[in-house]
Amino acid sequence: MAEYRQEVVIGVADKDVMGMEEGLQRMLALGKKLIHHLPLVPEEDNYILQGRRQNYFAEKSGAERAVEMLLHKIAGLPYQTEYAMPSFDRVPPAAPLSDLSRARIALVTSGGIVPRGNPDRIESASASRFGTYSIKDVAALSPEGYQSIHGGYDPTYANQDPNRVLPLDVVRELLTEKVFASLHPYYYATVGNATSVAKARGFGRDIGQTLVADGVQGVILTST
Amino acid sequence: MGLPVAHACSIVPISKTVGANRIIPTVAIPHPFGDPLKSREEEKSLRRELVLKALQALTVPISEQTVFS
Repeated sequence: MAEYRQEVVIGVADKDVMGMEEGLQRMLALGKKLIHHLPLVPEEDNYILQGRRQNYFAEKSGAERAVEMLLHKIAGLPYQTEYAMPSFDRVPPAAPLSDLSRARIALVTSGGIVPRGNPDRIESASASRFGTYSIKDVAALSPEGYQSIHGGYDPTYANQDPNRVLPLDVVRELLTEKVFASLHPYYYATVGNATSVAKARGFGRDIGQTLVADGVQGVILTST
Repeated sequence: MGLPVAHACSIVPISKTVGANRIIPTVAIPHPFGDPLKSREEEKSLRRELVLKALQALTVPISEQTVFS
């Protein structure tokens, strides 16, 4: 549902078939509004919110509204946010590795570590994509070869030593010592700076599918 | 089904909010797997410890969000 609600107006319906009549009436009312180009009202129209922000002229400044909201909160009175947090879903924890020494491991980061020059032009904020970079013959990430393009933290330390974000140097050491069995030959990087949940979910699904197809069994994901 | 993921991050409350299940607290936002104030050798051994902790976290059965501190 989360995938379609932005493009399609979805009426809220009951879980039970007894609620079908009401559900159909809501759908009809929504359809009529859309045909006549009337604005949808989240509090009244019983549809799944589309996550859109609407501009309007307010009588009071943001500072006044924020203080009022805070006073309401302190007094235990009802108040309504003007900017709802995105909803994050939950996934049940995956089963653990039964034997680390036989496991294939992959590295992923939202810390914006990319080959120097940022060949895929991943955005420093609100990233629309992730990059796939071969580490097949790379022992460690050098400052000459890699950089951080993340716009949400001071990249000085990551640029001095990119292993501080994507720890390839010690991962290789541990591989040599056979702590785990093999390393997926690519790492995946995006920028987790104001990146939308919907985009991030898509990146996760795409990367996950590739990793499963390559027989990867566990992932280290670094966020900054 | 799914892959176990060790989420190495410095702000644990964010990791919890977004729903990570295996959480490994790290050093700081701009250098999760390092500490520029330490010598190169000390820093690398710190990184090694953290990566080992992340790998170990992948082997632990959990039923809910867990912080491996």
